[in-house]
Amino acid sequence: MFKELCQKSFPKSLWVYHCNVGACNGCDIEVIDVLTPYYDAERFGIKLVGSPRHADVLLVCGPVTRQVVPALKRLYDAVPAPKLVIAIGSCAVGGGIWFDSYNVVGGADTILPVDYYIPGCPPRPEAILHGVAVALGLAEKEIESVHLKQLPDRPESVPVEVESS
Amino acid sequence: MIASKLKEAILSLRPGRVTLKYPFAPHDPEEDFRGYPELDADKCIGCGGCAAVCPARLIMIQDIDQNTRRIMRLLERCIFCGRCADVCPEDAITMTKRFELSTDSGREDMVAECEVFMATCQRCGRCYEPPTPLDKIMEPGLRHDEIKRGGQDSPYKHISSE
Repeated sequence: MFKELCQKSFPKSLWVYHCNVGACNGCDIEVIDVLTPYYDAERFGIKLVGSPRHADVLLVCGPVTRQVVPALKRLYDAVPAPKLVIAIGSCAVGGGIWFDSYNVVGGADTILPVDYYIPGCPPRPEAILHGVAVALGLAEKEIESVHLKQLPDRPESVPVEVESS
Repeated sequence: MIASKLKEAILSLRPGRVTLKYPFAPHDPEEDFRGYPELDADKCIGCGGCAAVCPARLIMIQDIDQNTRRIMRLLERCIFCGRCADVCPEDAITMTKRFELSTDSGREDMVAECEVFMATCQRCGRCYEPPTPLDKIMEPGLRHDEIKRGGQDSPYKHISSE
């Protein structure tokens, strides 16, 4: 339902505002790489804009540091609705290796409602393109949570899938 | 001037189309690419060596009963360094070439759980765990208070709820 809503709300191009909230620049470089002619995200209508007031999508890179929290909230409020938030990189998805640092609040979803997650450290340009394709409804997500269990009487057997506890 | 523009146009025609067809056609990564770390639940012995070396400390070890040890990996934080695959004595963890990990339904999709059957010690009647509570604190995989921090369990929630 949410996907249909997205496709209705954004029938044309997605304009993207890219913000770095404490990243090491690895993800930023990959985002720029995606916009080069070799990967060419612009064929899907993705365009980087210089002001959050022109944007539909907020790209968040990096673990959210304590210092940047008020600025990130103002930035989110400045994007006109309907808006999407995409978290790029392990840091923005779950905090990365900085998840318990004294100056890091956590992933982007502690502050903002995140719609799409693109893990990777940094994510490959193809992985970002796949995230864009998932957001536009061109591809399905391929990852899901895994629950496996060894059985005592058949230790050599294929693990059975169990329901999540 | 028109001649130079024409020359430029002819030059730019020469390389042809350079753009990847990626989302519509598969594009395999390089030979030594490290992607999603997959755990072979048949081979895992539950030693916790991966939890000890993980830089993101995303592997959580819980002894849920006498014979079962749950190894929970919060792969949303994974930086794909491959150290868990390096130290695994049974080669149960392999770095696959999967990179299409993006999801639209929350970061719970990146959680991988494995319940390992642990044999019971004939002498003490327990499966292996560090002998004293102090030793248990020194084992990174067994310190759940630190591992669960970040995200929804962030100690700084009061900042984000202002």
